[in-house]
Amino acid sequence: MTISALVVDDSTVVRKVARRILEKHGFSIREAADGQQALNAVAEDMPRLVLLDRNMPVMDGIEFLKRLRETYGSSEPTVVMCTTEAAQDRILEGLEAGADEYVMKPFDEAILMDKLGMVGLGPEGGDAG
Amino acid sequence: MNPATFQFLAGIVKERSGGVLTADQSYMLDTRLAPLLKRENLPSLDALAMKLRSPAAGMLAQEMTELLTTNESHFFRDGKPFEYLRTILPELHKARAAGLPIRIWSAACSTGQEAYSIAIILSELQDAGDATWKARRFEIFGTDLTKVVVDRAREGVFTQFEVQRGLPVRQLMKNFQQIEGRWRAHDRLRAYMKFQQANLLHDLRGFGKFDLIFCRNVLIYFDLPTKARVLNALTAQLAPDGALFLGAAETAMGITDRLEPIGGQRGIYRPAAQAAPVRARA
Ligand SMILES: C[S@@+](CC[C@H](N)C(=O)[O-])C[C@H]1O[C@@H](n2cnc3c(N)ncnc32)[C@H](O)[C@@H]1O
Repeated sequence: MTISALVVDDSTVVRKVARRILEKHGFSIREAADGQQALNAVAEDMPRLVLLDRNMPVMDGIEFLKRLRETYGSSEPTVVMCTTEAAQDRILEGLEAGADEYVMKPFDEAILMDKLGMVGLGPEGGDAG
Repeated sequence: MNPATFQFLAGIVKERSGGVLTADQSYMLDTRLAPLLKRENLPSLDALAMKLRSPAAGMLAQEMTELLTTNESHFFRDGKPFEYLRTILPELHKARAAGLPIRIWSAACSTGQEAYSIAIILSELQDAGDATWKARRFEIFGTDLTKVVVDRAREGVFTQFEVQRGLPVRQLMKNFQQIEGRWRAHDRLRAYMKFQQANLLHDLRGFGKFDLIFCRNVLIYFDLPTKARVLNALTAQLAPDGALFLGAAETAMGITDRLEPIGGQRGIYRPAAQAAPVRARA
């Protein structure tokens, strides 16, 4: 079954890389370039997964995440933050705002699929090897 | 490289580590041994082989062998065996007298991810458990042939890349502290652990008995007789109600009759009930 994912990042390059990896593993992808676009996309159709950058123009990832959880509760969608912000307190901030997992950039296919396995969205719903 | 050189170097590696090098891996010798050649001022692998023929070259042979080991590891590798710890550790805790430590061996620990994964689960079980759990002593013993990886395991500091392989972010936050971009395991985890350089082909009896032994993703490099020899030697150090954990691609079936699979758990074995008393072969 395809899993719907929303890739939120202001970098087209990152969106392209994430799209390529996720599509290879059978995800269907939509893209958003900032938190506001992402809120609109979620309102249109709730994805199973949001891959979320932190620093973006218009509305950053943390603000998006807070509003997302306020509006839709904490159970869906699964949110994996994916950002260069790798300081421990920044990570904790992301988790407090409602992220389920956290990818520190730079990432590759192994890391991304490993992390998705941890939130039950990996290949065979588990270990990525 | 002269084919005889490859045969000779592969022979040293086999004798010292058990690892079998195949001809298609000869490129690996070029890349991995380049720094050694440079340091020793040797123009080629053929020249290295010449030097290694001297009886005084034992240290160099060991160094070369360690450079040719594969040390790839990650946290909670394959997931399931570590989940099974949450089942078997409570059983062992119940079965063991209060004052006895429960001993766990990570027998080819590489840079330590396996041992730290075990420690994380132990600390979670102890946190959730009653006073008897908190009073229980646990020991995790990590060994590896290769000195540089044992040193790293003891240091317990992992790169950003390493902590993202297999380790859920909440367990990272709870058990590690970030220092200059790298991640250092908390003293709480370190308190369980001891690391030491050790060769699985040598006499293992001095390490004592263990309740659980992890020997994962190292037997795949050995030939059949070496696998059997190491499995039997490890079984000799295993408590009768203990368990041996192998890697996802490894099996004891058809290699030794001193182990039997634990039902429903792939790659996890216990000493066979009917087997004759087990003795380690030197
Ligand atoms: C691929 S790593 C496995 C690490 C870990 N057990 C895991 O599953 O992720 C294999 C390790 O076995 C070690 N090794 C190879 N031959 C050995 C021997 N004869 N005795 C002890 N360790 C050995 C290597 O140095 C290497 O670190």
